[in-house]
Amino acid sequence: MRSDVFFLVCLVIGGLLYAAAVALGNDYYFFAGYVVLQYIVLATAWNILGGYCGYVNFGSAAFFALGAYSTVAIHRLHPMPVPILVLFGGLVSGVVGLGMGYLTLRLRGAFFAIATLALAVVLQTLVVNWDYVGGSRGAYIVRPETIAPFGSYIKYLFLIMLLLAVGAITVARLIERSRLGYGFATIRDDELAAEASGVPTLQLKLIATMISGALMGMAGAPLPYYIGYLQPSSAFGLEYAVNSIAMPMIGGTTSWVGPLVGAVLLGSLQQIATVTISSAVNLLIVGCLLVGFVIIAPNGIIGLVHRYIQHKPADIVGRRRATADAPEPAP
Amino acid sequence: MTHLLEIDNLGKRFGGFVALENISLAVSPGERLGLIGPNGSGKSTLVNCICGTLRNETGAVRFDGHQIDGSSAHQRTHRGLARTFQLPRPFVSLSLLDNMRIPLLYTVTARGERKSAADIESRCFDLLREVGLEEKARRLPRELTQVEMRKLELARAMAAEPKLLIADESMAGLTHSEVEDILTLLKRLNAQGVTIILIEHIMRAVMSFSQRLVVLVSGRKIADGDPERVMRDPDVERAYLGQ
Repeated sequence: MRSDVFFLVCLVIGGLLYAAAVALGNDYYFFAGYVVLQYIVLATAWNILGGYCGYVNFGSAAFFALGAYSTVAIHRLHPMPVPILVLFGGLVSGVVGLGMGYLTLRLRGAFFAIATLALAVVLQTLVVNWDYVGGSRGAYIVRPETIAPFGSYIKYLFLIMLLLAVGAITVARLIERSRLGYGFATIRDDELAAEASGVPTLQLKLIATMISGALMGMAGAPLPYYIGYLQPSSAFGLEYAVNSIAMPMIGGTTSWVGPLVGAVLLGSLQQIATVTISSAVNLLIVGCLLVGFVIIAPNGIIGLVHRYIQHKPADIVGRRRATADAPEPAP
Repeated sequence: MTHLLEIDNLGKRFGGFVALENISLAVSPGERLGLIGPNGSGKSTLVNCICGTLRNETGAVRFDGHQIDGSSAHQRTHRGLARTFQLPRPFVSLSLLDNMRIPLLYTVTARGERKSAADIESRCFDLLREVGLEEKARRLPRELTQVEMRKLELARAMAAEPKLLIADESMAGLTHSEVEDILTLLKRLNAQGVTIILIEHIMRAVMSFSQRLVVLVSGRKIADGDPERVMRDPDVERAYLGQ
C-alpha cells in the first residue's frame, strides 16, 4: 500500500473511532482514549530508535516532559492554539534529541541506556529549579470548558492526539519501507559492516534520535491542557519511560504494528485497571506482562503471530519482521 | 604510473603494543596483491587502518588521489574501497537480497548514480547469481553454510562496485574446491578491472593468485616483490619456519 493511501486509511479509521466515542456520549471515553493514543505516539517514537536501530532509550519521559514544559513556557509568554504548541514541543524535543544523540551515540548497549536515563535526571533537575515554568510547585493551565466546533475541550485534545498517532504511525511505516529503514536495520545488526557497506551510521542515528525525540515531545505538548496542573514528578513520571519501552517490546519491535498493538493492549488494560482496581496497579501490570513476554515471546505479539502463521504475510507486518521471529542460531 | 592505494609510513599502536610500524606500500590499479604474515603480524590491523575501522596514528593513507586517513569508513567505501571481514558479518535480520541492497542504496547511489527500485532489485539478483546464492535470495544469512556466508560477504563487498577490494581471509576453513570457487570469483572480478588485495594463510591460493607478495611480521613489512622470490627470502623463511 502506498504511504499516502495508508495515511488516508488511518485517518478514516481514526474518524470512525472518534465517531464511536461521540456516539457513546460519555466524555470519559475521550479522557481514556487520549491516554491510549498518547501511548501509541510514545511507543511508536521509541521504536524508531529502539526497535529499528537497536538503541534502547530509557529517557522517553524526558522528551515527553520537554514537550509538556515547552507548552507551559510558551503559554506563560503568550497563550497559543494547541496544534502550534505541539509543533513547538516537537521542535524542542527534536533539537534536544539531536544533541543527546550527538553526545551519546558513540556509546552502545547498556551504556547508551544509562546515558539516556541520566539525561532524564538532568532535565528533571533543571525543570525543578526553573521558576518560570513553576519549578517544583508545578504550573496550572486552565483550559477552557468548551471549544467550537468540538464541544467539550477534551474532544478537541482527543482529536489532536488522534491525528498525532496517525501521523506517527505513518512516519514509522514510511521509514520502515525506505532507504532510511534499511540503514536503520544495518545499524541494529552490525555497525561495522554497515559502515563498510557505505552506511553513514552516525548520521542515521542522529536522524533517528531526532525523529524519535520530536514525536515524543509532540505527544507531551498537549499534556498540560489535559491534566490542568503539571508538576515535574508527573511530567517525568516513571510510567512514561517504562510504558514506551514495554509497549513495543510486548507488541514486537521491528515493525510499526508492534508498538501500535502493544500500546492499544497495554494502554487500554491500564485504563480499565485504573477505573476498576486502582491506578497504582498500572506499573505492576506492565512489569508482569513484560516479564511474561520476555520469557514466552521475546519477539512480542507480532513474533508470536508469525510463528503460528509460518509463512510471510506481505503487507501487514513489513518485510523484516517476517523472518526475524525465529530463535537465534546456536553459536 | 600513479598508484591506486598509497600507504606511507603508517603506524598504529594499542597502548604499549606496537601493532604496525612504518608500513609503506603502494598498489597499482588492476594489481593482484597478496598479503601474508603469521598470526598477529598486523594484517587485519592494516586492513582496518586502510578501511577506516581503525585510525592510524602516524603516516598517511592515500586512495585514488585523495588523502583518506581522516575520513570515516563509509566515506572510504563511497570512494571505492571495499572489504570483507575475516569473520563474516552479514546483516542478520535482512534477507540475502536485502544484504546486497544496502551497498547499492548507500554507496552506489551516493556516487550520484540514480537507480530505480527495479534496477536495484535485479542488480541484487545478479550479484547473488555471480556467487551462486540466487536460490537463497529470500533466506536469512543464518541459514547459510560457512562457505556460502563467505560468498555472501564477498558479494556484498562487490555490490559497492569498488575500485579496490580487500579480501581478509575469505578462504579460511574452506575445502580445496571451495577455495578454487572463491579464487575463480576473485580472478573474474580482477579481470573486470578491480584491484584486489588478498590476505590469506592458504599459501597455494596466495601463490596462484598474487602478482606481488607482501609479508608482514610483527607489524613490520619484511618483504615485498615477486611471489616466488619473496618466498625464497631468508627473512621470510625464518619468520615462517623459525631458525
